[in-house]
Amino acid sequence: MNLKPWMAAAFVGMAGVAIAQDDSTLSIDGEDFVTETAAPAHVENLSTIYSGWRFRTPETQALQEDDFDNPAMIFVDQGMDLFNAVDGAEGKSCASCHKGGPEEFVGLHATMPKVVDGKLIVMEDLINTHRVEVMGAEPWKWSGADMQAMVALIGLQSRGMPMEVAIDGEAAPFWEKGKEIYYTRYGQLELSCSNCHEDNYGNMIRADHLSQGMINGFPTYRLKQAKLISRHNRFRGCIRDTRAETFAEGSDEFKALELYVASRANGLDVETPAVRQ
Amino acid sequence: MASGVKPRVKVPKTASAGDTVTIKTLISHKMESGQRKDDDGNIIPRSIINRFTADFNGQNVIDVTLEPAISTNPYFQFEAIVPESGEFQFTWYDDDGDVYEETKKIEVS
Amino acid sequence: MELTRRKLLALGSGAMALSSLTGLPAFASMMDDAIAKLTGGADLGEGAVTITAPEIAENGNTVPIEVSAPGAVAITVYADGNPVPNVATFKFGPLAASRSASTRIRLATTQNVVAIAQMEDGSFQKASANVKVTIGGCGG
Repeated sequence: MNLKPWMAAAFVGMAGVAIAQDDSTLSIDGEDFVTETAAPAHVENLSTIYSGWRFRTPETQALQEDDFDNPAMIFVDQGMDLFNAVDGAEGKSCASCHKGGPEEFVGLHATMPKVVDGKLIVMEDLINTHRVEVMGAEPWKWSGADMQAMVALIGLQSRGMPMEVAIDGEAAPFWEKGKEIYYTRYGQLELSCSNCHEDNYGNMIRADHLSQGMINGFPTYRLKQAKLISRHNRFRGCIRDTRAETFAEGSDEFKALELYVASRANGLDVETPAVRQ
Repeated sequence: MASGVKPRVKVPKTASAGDTVTIKTLISHKMESGQRKDDDGNIIPRSIINRFTADFNGQNVIDVTLEPAISTNPYFQFEAIVPESGEFQFTWYDDDGDVYEETKKIEVS
Repeated sequence: MELTRRKLLALGSGAMALSSLTGLPAFASMMDDAIAKLTGGADLGEGAVTITAPEIAENGNTVPIEVSAPGAVAITVYADGNPVPNVATFKFGPLAASRSASTRIRLATTQNVVAIAQMEDGSFQKASANVKVTIGGCGG
């Protein structure tokens, strides 16, 4: 694992009380979710992958098990209002073209990010491209409330479907770049994503119970910020906590990392919008 | 903060007379506590929902006083008796004088 | 506000200076004062009111609690470690099926959450629950 001695101490310091993922089954309104499955072949260092839900306390878990109790759903409602709201020079809403409603996007979220015309595209790109080019509207801020409400609304359409992100063909070079970032140590603490989420999942880092860092529930309602948190916002937070200069939200680096991290969850069900601490 | 406030209410559509029904409510609201400071060290003024009421056909079910210690996006769950068919009225009162309302009908057999 | 470590330390030393001056945990006595104001100093019984809260809260910003007191006209909730101890008051109307309610609250630190129920006969009942609020490595 090659950690500095003090780091190892930080991770195992609470090992006596640390418990790994629990055995609970995530069930939302009667539908069971896959929160544990064999790791995909391209995740060499894990044998089993687990949803972050399995690492949370029963109280936090319960918030995701009922769509009314899940506070993220008020933002999904707002996303629905936005879907129908006319915006921009062309006088169109999302619904003007997507007459089938958000249901047109069933399954899309489970396969994102993906490469289109040689470019790696994440959901936020797709939304803003359509806003600017089709609606003549201003692009939304990456982690803004409107954008993440829309990402959550579209993501919800794939809830319960297994993550199935392509890593081969045109995606391969982006995926390799994301993998390199995942295993690179950043910041004054010299920590890579893998140091916490691969080598030490299930352990405590101070009072935090480390998960495998799966993103199959994003955007996720974080109790800390009490709002929907984007994938890139969470990446930024993690890298910032290593005391590093972080990449920007929407940067090529974070898009590549998103592809790689999303692919590590292949086989887990989409939980969007999840609830985490 | 009148913008972006959206209530959600869960009430069963039907019940038998005299039944107990469970009600859940959630409203999007920052609940700015008045305890926080901005980057310049100035206190961010308090801005919360300070009262929530639920009534059924004009009779009160619950009347809640909220303090800044209630979490962002206030959530309540409680139980009501429904003597006859009618309408629940839910009302949230904002510090800034705004009032947010939601109604739900229930069919009692 | 982004609470940096430095600001937290400054906050902590300020609080310590305050408590060493007064010799009292300031927030707890604020709660006692608030309860005395509600009850008029009446005796507090126990057993008729219950409070349900997690032993450990994963994040102090959103802590689910439930209070219940059959025969109560109102239940007031306090948190003795918050800068303002009052949390909420639930008054039950004629169509309340039970004298119970759930909500989600903010706890600034590990502390006691206290429920005071005002009963139909005018007496008061008390229950409390200790909630440990964790300061996370990254999540907290």
